Amino acid sequence: MTKRPPSAPRPPLPIVIVGHVDHGKSTVIGRLLFETNSLPEGKAESVRATSEKRGMPFEWAFVLDALQAERDQGITIDTTQIRFQTKARRYILIDAPGHVEFLKNMITGAAQAKAALLVMDAEEGARDQTRQHAFLLHLMGLETIAVIINKMDRVGYQERRFQELRDSIGRTLHEMNLKVSGVIPVSAREGENIAAPSAHMAWHRGETLTALLDSLPDAPSQSEKPLRFPIQDIYKFDERRIIAGRIESGRLKEGDRLLFSPSNKSAVVSSLESWPPREGRGFSAEAGEAVGVMLDRQLFLERGELASHQSDPPFLSDIFRARIFWLGRHPLTPSVSLVMKRATSEFSVVLQSVERVIDAASLEEVSGERVSRNQVADIILRAPSLQALDSFGENGLMGRFVLLDGRDIAGGGVVSLDGYADQRPILEARMRDVSRVSHKVSPRERELRARHRGGVLWLTGLSGSGKSTLAFALEKTLFDLGYGVYVLDGDNIRHGLSEDLGFSVEDRSENIRRVAEAASLFADAGFVALVSFISPMRSDRARARGIIPNFHEVHVSADLETCEARDPKGLYKRARGGEIEDFTGVSADYEVPEGAELVLDTGVEGVEDSLRRLVEYVEGRFRLVPEGVSDYEI
Amino acid sequence: MTPMDALESQSIYIFREAFAKVKNLAMLWSLGKDSNVMIHLARKAFFGTVPFPALHVDTGRKFQEMYDFRDQYAKEWRLNFLRETCPPLEEMDETLPPAARSAARKTAGLRLAIQKHGFEALFAGIRRDEEATRAKERVFSPRGLAGRWDFRDQPPEFWDQYKTEFPKGTHLRIHPILHWTETDIWEYTLRESIPVIPLYFARDGKRYRSLGDHDITFPMESEAATVEEIIAELRDTKTAERAGRAMDHEEEGGFERLRADGYL
Repeated sequence: MTKRPPSAPRPPLPIVIVGHVDHGKSTVIGRLLFETNSLPEGKAESVRATSEKRGMPFEWAFVLDALQAERDQGITIDTTQIRFQTKARRYILIDAPGHVEFLKNMITGAAQAKAALLVMDAEEGARDQTRQHAFLLHLMGLETIAVIINKMDRVGYQERRFQELRDSIGRTLHEMNLKVSGVIPVSAREGENIAAPSAHMAWHRGETLTALLDSLPDAPSQSEKPLRFPIQDIYKFDERRIIAGRIESGRLKEGDRLLFSPSNKSAVVSSLESWPPREGRGFSAEAGEAVGVMLDRQLFLERGELASHQSDPPFLSDIFRARIFWLGRHPLTPSVSLVMKRATSEFSVVLQSVERVIDAASLEEVSGERVSRNQVADIILRAPSLQALDSFGENGLMGRFVLLDGRDIAGGGVVSLDGYADQRPILEARMRDVSRVSHKVSPRERELRARHRGGVLWLTGLSGSGKSTLAFALEKTLFDLGYGVYVLDGDNIRHGLSEDLGFSVEDRSENIRRVAEAASLFADAGFVALVSFISPMRSDRARARGIIPNFHEVHVSADLETCEARDPKGLYKRARGGEIEDFTGVSADYEVPEGAELVLDTGVEGVEDSLRRLVEYVEGRFRLVPEGVSDYEI
Repeated sequence: MTPMDALESQSIYIFREAFAKVKNLAMLWSLGKDSNVMIHLARKAFFGTVPFPALHVDTGRKFQEMYDFRDQYAKEWRLNFLRETCPPLEEMDETLPPAARSAARKTAGLRLAIQKHGFEALFAGIRRDEEATRAKERVFSPRGLAGRWDFRDQPPEFWDQYKTEFPKGTHLRIHPILHWTETDIWEYTLRESIPVIPLYFARDGKRYRSLGDHDITFPMESEAATVEEIIAELRDTKTAERAGRAMDHEEEGGFERLRADGYL
């Protein structure tokens, strides 16, 4: 069930042919099949007859363009596949349409490939779809790309023209971080340099197309990566309860302890089931295998849970960055809700923000927060609950996903977790079996004594926006008005409760969790806790809102320019000088609150005005109105 | 994993996706080599059980050997076996060339079965390497109300994510062995010892390479009398697999027309 015996054949290499419309993709394939003697009997004759019927010279593309509409219009509409082989190995050639309106079909074809041939017209050079296809291939994780400069006959087989194009496309692909495995001059129509070296291009001392193909590496195995086994289904056809799925990466063997995410449950593999049944024990399986697993204990598990080993689990987060390509009819804008499918899991996501829109043809950045059909964008997505995620850079198969718009697959993308904290430790802390004891003083009794409710005002904003100034002024005012009130300030907490934490993303996130828990205790005790924290991540603030019962988010919203001009602690200057890493606003993002209860533009209004609004806000929402007077609205 | 294990695993994945996402499934069992491999793969996917019916759309014009095979293995493999009779030739489109008209009976029988049983999806054992329009198929291929295939606007399909939700009235064709070749089928049949109808083996210098109705299917010259010999023969041949299936070759675009109308 595991290793390939030495005599086993090499796997066929699926290779996609891409490029601008009319640069000769289908012709290259037709000619390649002919030159390698791979056309079925009678095919060349039937293509000749079809060509004559349409009053055309022999059209190689007819070998592939199977649909009547394709032959009539001389274009490729949908992707197709055809087999051929050289002495070295078997190939699956995937023809992909070049027309921009068939981009979804191009992607359908390209996604099945492990290598790509980019076809480029020697006369025209690189065009929109030349760049767009290359860019999308890279986004889809294709690493191996070879370039064919076709129609060399049209430029008199000139070496200089070839060199010019080779250098310019080389630069373009290099900018996209694509590795180029070779660039060769051919004339597909004339059969020059396809399977035999061209007499017209004796100056080209490189390979023929077939030799270039044979030099491309086999697709790499995923077995050496950490185990990822997404649950596809749970079967109970007989007395066995079998967890079915395909191992996407890594290896799994009987006796392994598995960790399931995001539920964070764990169990041991008692057996690997198969049909027909096997005798023996100690079975194992590796990446790519469809398996059935039985566990040593009954866990409630569902399709979509992701099994790993405990030593190398996926990341848990409800927010992440992604680079996507969008094929949907409706443009994407922030706060749009979509369904995301990644391996076997499926969950809703909200488009939190659009960071960058790229026109895949010109590779230029497009301004605005609107992602239109056939554009590429960097976006931030938020899920309503924690999801098990891997970055595309770490695990190509698990880090990619599709987006549904209604019933349709309307886009695809790859996950990046750079800059986000793994939330598993928080989940684990919450799951620990802690039973609570109850107080003999009720919250209502506390409120009546204090004449106000307990709760938290969470002041978030850039460094220098005036959070602490306002918090301490508000504390003084409220105290004088008879409130039980206390400020939890970022700097003070760092000296005590969080003195063990550093400034990594994980530590910052943990720091905020502790502050939220501490503030929650103050609120329980009947106090108004004023939290003054930059707290730049929406996910962290959302978690605080989940922990604290009476939570009010206050965005202290002076803009970066104002804050930097103030720079009360000289921190911006140091951050700009590179002394402080990941400084919010300078080298780290500040995610502006979306649903803040109160926004104070401290860049425009003075401290007194902001303070007055804060006091009014607290008086309106925390003060208990004496008996007999109607209660305030919450 | 060998390349053959990879083929098998991909098919199992497709079966399991369909079973998890689509209700009221059935498998088309044409009794040929491809659909027997498909049944074997389903038994692997579901650990010995085939958890949906196996449907034979019967033209009544199959070879006797095919009927014998069907009756034996429907029992032996413990299949939930269903049979649907195709309407007579007279009811088919007169403008079709003769063999295509005959083949259209199967499409009509298929529609009847879908109506009668309310199937939302049918597994079909077609392969990309068989024929040019099949090479353009999706794994999960939606069909409109009348079973028509809109090949001009197929949904995108990538990274093993399949479109599984459709408006009422659409049904799906699911193709678990779309990525296999004819040689793969025979090599797998050999490896897994899957039974096949004896018509595939040469008798008196001829064998059937593809099986259909006896009146529109023709044998080819061959001496291959075992699965191993068939594999060896395929290595050298340049004849198309469906050369002996008359409806494929009557006129340019004829088979495409049949398929657009719902033929397999």
